[in-house]
Amino acid sequence: MPEPVAAARPRRWEGWDRAAPIWLLAAAALVGLILLPLGWLAYMSVRSDAGFTLAHYGRVLGDPPLQKALWNTVVLAFWSGLLALVIGAPLAWLTARTDLPWRRSIQHLVMASFVTPPFLGAFAWVMLAGPNAGYLNRLYRDWTGAADPLVNIFSMPGLIFVVAIYTFPYVYIMIANTLGLIASDLEDAASILGAGRFQVARTITLPMVLPAILSGFILAVLQALALFGSPAILALPAGFHTVTTQLWAFFQYPPRVEMAAAFSIPLLLATALLLLAQKRLLGRRGYAAVGGKGGQRRVIRLGRWRYLALGACLLVLGAAVFLPYGILLKAAFSRAWAQPLTAENFTLENWSFTFLYSTTQSAIVNTIELGVLTACIGAALATLLAYVTNRRLVAGHQVLGVLAVAPVVIPGVVLAVALFVAYTRPPFLLYGTLWILFLAYLTKEMPVGYSQSEATLRGIHPELEEAGRILGAGRFRVLREITAPLARSGIIATWCFVFIGVIRELSASIILFTPNTKVMSVVIFDLKEEGQFGAIAVLGVFMLAMTFVTVVVMQTVLGRDVMGGRQAGGAG
Amino acid sequence: MTYRRHGIPLIVLTLTAVLSVWTAEARAQDPRLDAARKEGKVVWYTSLALTSSEKVAKLFETAYPGVKVEVHRTGSQRILQRMMQELQANIRNVDVVHTSDAGHYVLLKEKKLLMRYTPAGVEVFGAGFKDKDGYHYGLRATVNVIAYNTKVVSPAEAPRTWKDLLDPKWRGRLVTAHPGYSGVIATHVLALVHLHGWDYFKALAQNKPMLVQSAVDPSGVVASGERPVAANGGDYTFYQVKKKGNPVEIVYPKEGVPLVVSPSAITSFAPHPNAARLFTDFIFSREIQQVLADTEGLYSGHPQVTYPADKPRLSDLKVLPVEAEELEKRNEEIKTRFVEFFGA
Repeated sequence: MPEPVAAARPRRWEGWDRAAPIWLLAAAALVGLILLPLGWLAYMSVRSDAGFTLAHYGRVLGDPPLQKALWNTVVLAFWSGLLALVIGAPLAWLTARTDLPWRRSIQHLVMASFVTPPFLGAFAWVMLAGPNAGYLNRLYRDWTGAADPLVNIFSMPGLIFVVAIYTFPYVYIMIANTLGLIASDLEDAASILGAGRFQVARTITLPMVLPAILSGFILAVLQALALFGSPAILALPAGFHTVTTQLWAFFQYPPRVEMAAAFSIPLLLATALLLLAQKRLLGRRGYAAVGGKGGQRRVIRLGRWRYLALGACLLVLGAAVFLPYGILLKAAFSRAWAQPLTAENFTLENWSFTFLYSTTQSAIVNTIELGVLTACIGAALATLLAYVTNRRLVAGHQVLGVLAVAPVVIPGVVLAVALFVAYTRPPFLLYGTLWILFLAYLTKEMPVGYSQSEATLRGIHPELEEAGRILGAGRFRVLREITAPLARSGIIATWCFVFIGVIRELSASIILFTPNTKVMSVVIFDLKEEGQFGAIAVLGVFMLAMTFVTVVVMQTVLGRDVMGGRQAGGAG
Repeated sequence: MTYRRHGIPLIVLTLTAVLSVWTAEARAQDPRLDAARKEGKVVWYTSLALTSSEKVAKLFETAYPGVKVEVHRTGSQRILQRMMQELQANIRNVDVVHTSDAGHYVLLKEKKLLMRYTPAGVEVFGAGFKDKDGYHYGLRATVNVIAYNTKVVSPAEAPRTWKDLLDPKWRGRLVTAHPGYSGVIATHVLALVHLHGWDYFKALAQNKPMLVQSAVDPSGVVASGERPVAANGGDYTFYQVKKKGNPVEIVYPKEGVPLVVSPSAITSFAPHPNAARLFTDFIFSREIQQVLADTEGLYSGHPQVTYPADKPRLSDLKVLPVEAEELEKRNEEIKTRFVEFFGA
């Protein structure tokens, strides 16, 4: 089909897209957002008063306690990734392909675990499984008469467990989505040839989802590497550091920012390599069966295993959702969290104390302000960028696509170190304002926002836009009047994703806050250091409520589950 | 004494009455109030336990309507870190700074970050509460003690001395706060290093104590029973949880108790200097010092302050004071060696 404008030789400015400055601006914003702080970080790590130096690297890599922190992080990330896989993969298979009872409810609960701030989970598990006062350990002692605790949450295995029960949803989502795309033809063929149900799963289904399994594992490892709150709550009392808590400790007076910068780089390299590996794994997804939407997906009958499987699912979700939420609620209404919730122990004081505390009030306002601001600008920027890359509007749009998801590899603490270095000096003096937190959140949420917008725009065919263009509308007007309305629900979902991500953010905030720019997560962390369990529980419950309201809004707008995975049994 | 029999409510009632009389007087007399009102607020970085800080702030706001107190409570070391980080980025936020690490004030004075100001009536305070150059004064004092959960540990087997804590029977049963966070604990560590040397902490680490941050936190940990014995912590925090009915008993070790006098000062760059002076006078007044003693269980430098009957007098205790200059000089060493022994 010939281009309608190609007839006459265009005059000099005729081909000029009047919206071009907007694309370029969006692209420039992204580049600045990521490259400026990372550039400063790299520079700080090799800078000294005498000029270039590698001494900081020598010091951080040669210091035994720091080596130990690195090793602890490796151990934590590997084992919690593995545990997340062991939990997430079967759960995904069960809900996506079998006749497991209550599949929908289980999906919703996985979603709940997904949006639970990991540091709240860790805090709840302190009350559940502290070796002596922990609720579960006390029950265990009462029942068995044993002197020793059942579990000690203040330990590496305890930390791995708590990290895993909040990262397994990443594995779950990867695998559930892939399983939803695999037709049952091959499985049927194997069945006809005489393979048993579980042999089919092992020889046909498993190899087909293997790339998804591996990349889910890598995603979980990435999450575990970047976490700050859980190790700070569980590892520090046990007397060990991870890279993230150590980075934070570098900021104690007198601050050693160069050391922090140098110590950030290994973590950054590790996450970048992992993401690269994941991309290659997914890129190799060559099975013809994956990717198409046709074909039948038959429900696998579990038979007598049905209720056993359900029990296993509930056990996992009990650990991730029911028990922690229950103990948080109890602590929110108790004078002493470790005592039974009797009439005498019941109180509303925690609530009044928490909300009358001036810092809490301003933190809630700050959190909501930042959440709304970041979600609005983030959703707009992500949509614009996705539009630019999807419709190939500028040269180098592929690079933009990569840059937009690149922050996935930057752990929050590292990003915060970089932003701190970049924005505590002229020309950009942003430390002490909400703007530095805004930049941190915007950068951190860009990958999620971008992926979501990209998927939305891929679903909108350019034909309608082309029709608008032929009729004489400029690019920007087409975007505003045709594309945006079609993408509306997708954009709102992006907004919600970013908002949820922002209100729970701790790892970057903990380095970038000042007393006037405290956010809820930082207040919770502060209260934790003083052992104010009741107040933390109150704020935690409040934060969870905010999150779930957002999730409900998002699901209503989208008209489907956010978790995406197709239901087995339905249209099939 | 009446307040022993009738409990806290009566104290509060009496105090409120005293305060309202006293404030009416103060309001009439104080010409600085208008200036303070124009500034609108005073920003207070404090390491005093959150509930106590909030209480003092509320009392001030009641006494001087129109002047708000912005309380930012965190550990002493974090306060210094905050202040310095902010100054480096040219942020002048804090008016009144109060930590439990006397060494901080040596440093801050040296860097010319403090304003010379003598709170009204502070001349009667004990010598240990006054800076000879007139920059900072001790707002409160506490001593580091051992405490135990009486449901788990009987009085007979409870530790009596700091050295008792080294007994292997306490392995896995102790909790300690952190000198990298708390000034009370930094002071404690230095005092015990004087007494028993660094080997004491090396040996204590063998008992694998649980590490918490704030000197306030061990009281909660002991009350909940998570660890039955606290290896340190301000006596006032244990006193408070005990008063709330928790099964906690305090031990004042025979070797002596590290004394922590927590100074307060106005910063040289205070954005609300008038409110800061008004607030400083207020917190050093006999009335507020009495509140801190009665409801919080703190010690005061004010000679006329009376103490609850169930608290030992400071003069009856063998206290182990620490020189601020030395605390400042050895700050780095204290933190590094603690981390070396305890792991984090």
